[in-house]
Amino acid sequence: MYNVGVMIFPGTNCEVETVRAFKQLDVDVETFWHRDELDGCDLIVLPGGFSYGDYLRSGRLASFSKGITYVKDQIEKGVKVLGICNGFQILCEAGILPGALTRNDDNQFFCGMTSITNDGYNFYDIPVANKDGKYYCDDMYVNIAYKYSTGNIAGVYSEHENVLGMMPHPERAVESFHESQDGLEILSDFMYK
Amino acid sequence: MSAFNQIEQAVLRAMQSEHCSYLSSKIYIDKLHTKNKNILGSIGQNAGVIDLGDNDAVAFKIESHNHPSFIEPYQGAATGVGGIVRDIFTMGFRPIALANHLFFGNPASERNNRLIHGVVAGLSDYGNCIGVPTVSTKAGYANCYELNPLVNAMCVGYSNGQVVTNQSVTPYGEVYYVGATTGSDGIGGAEMSSESFTGETDLRPTVQVGDPYMEKLLIEAMLELVGKTEVLAAQDMGAAGLTSAASELGRFHGGGIHIHLDDIPLREELTPEQILLSESQERMLIVLPERKFGRDNTAFEIFSKYGLNCVKIGKLIKNSEFRVSYKNEMICAIPNRYLKTTAIERPTEERETSVYEPYIEIDSSEYNYEHLATQFDSQVQGRTIRIADEDDPIAIVKLPNSNKGLAIMTAGYPHLVYSNPGDGVAKTVAMILTAFAKYGIQPLAFTNCMNFGSPENPFVMNDFKEVMETFNDHAMFYDIPIISGNVSFYNETNEQPIMPTPVIGAVGLIEDVYV
Repeated sequence: MYNVGVMIFPGTNCEVETVRAFKQLDVDVETFWHRDELDGCDLIVLPGGFSYGDYLRSGRLASFSKGITYVKDQIEKGVKVLGICNGFQILCEAGILPGALTRNDDNQFFCGMTSITNDGYNFYDIPVANKDGKYYCDDMYVNIAYKYSTGNIAGVYSEHENVLGMMPHPERAVESFHESQDGLEILSDFMYK
Repeated sequence: MSAFNQIEQAVLRAMQSEHCSYLSSKIYIDKLHTKNKNILGSIGQNAGVIDLGDNDAVAFKIESHNHPSFIEPYQGAATGVGGIVRDIFTMGFRPIALANHLFFGNPASERNNRLIHGVVAGLSDYGNCIGVPTVSTKAGYANCYELNPLVNAMCVGYSNGQVVTNQSVTPYGEVYYVGATTGSDGIGGAEMSSESFTGETDLRPTVQVGDPYMEKLLIEAMLELVGKTEVLAAQDMGAAGLTSAASELGRFHGGGIHIHLDDIPLREELTPEQILLSESQERMLIVLPERKFGRDNTAFEIFSKYGLNCVKIGKLIKNSEFRVSYKNEMICAIPNRYLKTTAIERPTEERETSVYEPYIEIDSSEYNYEHLATQFDSQVQGRTIRIADEDDPIAIVKLPNSNKGLAIMTAGYPHLVYSNPGDGVAKTVAMILTAFAKYGIQPLAFTNCMNFGSPENPFVMNDFKEVMETFNDHAMFYDIPIISGNVSFYNETNEQPIMPTPVIGAVGLIEDVYV
């Protein structure tokens, strides 16, 4: 059975729907507090939210936490890591993924549907919700995982594609009453990559 | 010569303010239809509670934060959300949806533009951070709100376990202070909200400052506690802070309370009077069963996991008194009968019926429905089925661990109420019923936020009377109880009152959202 661990920081607020989304994929999934450890995971997920209130900078304080030391350690051991929204911001701040998430151009929170693609051919309808969602990286060879239909970067992989960070919320596009169910494909795609 | 010392007088002054005492509105509130077989808790509690069967219950309430939002738009609006959300989780309910109803003056003016942006940013930053979806945001624009914008926020919560009231069933309870530290912010806020603005007064220090991250931790800690152990009662520290919360916990269990100020965690040096009246946010009092032997550390352990204060500050007593000690000295002892509100009947006088200027037409997309909605996280928690929009004023969220869904709606039509108060509120109710009828359901209960001018003005008071009476007639006729609410008077600047603006919130049950 595939094991998924969802790490919770103080201020994380998307853990419940993240767990629900993985349950739909028939995997073993449980949450764990950032000070604890959960060995035996195939995938660790850092869900969305406002870790430590996002004070200083989105994801900055969490990047110094004990939990992130554990995540780095687990990556060494071959565990995959997925950061969604605030999780992506934390991975960038911790230097696990390159680049940074900066304030949106209009300086406002934006919540709505977007369309993203990994190959320019297949498009997925995925909701997005953030204030610091503009990805910036000065490395032109950054390993892009997903782009918005506008051409901007929505998610990036680490060098070996065992770590994925993305701003859109695949866990919010899984249920029949959601606007789209494309999130399931995105999640399983990374799990079994 | 008063028999009360200086601290006791300050306590009594704050408790008698309109904001805390519902002085002018109480006689109308007492007549409301507030109960039927589905209602577990109603007016008098932190929020009204409906039983949905299968051990599911929802709590909801709407509240205003008009005055603070005009003085300091961002913090005023943010702490408005904080306060209403605290009312919900104080009762042991997880907040699952927020709905805002706003009224501003002409957005074309620079001041209003700043005000609107500040209020919307304050509401959205707070709601987004605590992870509660904002599923409906409605805004109206008319000249009368130019100097007195209205910020009304509604919160809906869900529980399938222990419901915590503010009435302990036993006097054997220990009182704990939990949450953020106490600072000097918001001292005198309750009194400020009970006055009208004159235009030049500097009221900034009376506005509280919000910390949504602290609130999020408090939500998680409180819900973990309620899931693990018996909580006799809880009360959020809102208007008039510790004074109001503690004295209510004392009065409502049928006796009194004795608290000690020495151990209260302070952010800065404060006098006992300031500690009693501070309106610092993200704090609450909880009452846990008294233990004869040993200690139960459950509460300490849970709150310290989240890095929050949890300090025992006193206990419930059988004597009907509000007692406060500081440095081994009793500095305040007020018999409950002085803390109770003596309702007054204000004079009313019918004004000439006239038709007010219509809403200001908004031509900029920046102020419309859709643009406002995108600034709020409406999808967090993953259970949002639809958000309110121009075509359908109802928002729907699914309940956790159930196929049931909740239909949520707020409505306010001040121009109709101004041209005829009774008729206007009747039309408001009719529009809610029509919107619900589309889903084949009727609301289970109402909440209301009554935004009016000064109750000392007989014309305003007459509008209020007619609105309350007609609203209640309809609630009775359809058997839809009014289970929570808030009255905001003194919405006027330089003696120019706003249009009478009742905002009504309604919640209905959809049996199966998958059908």
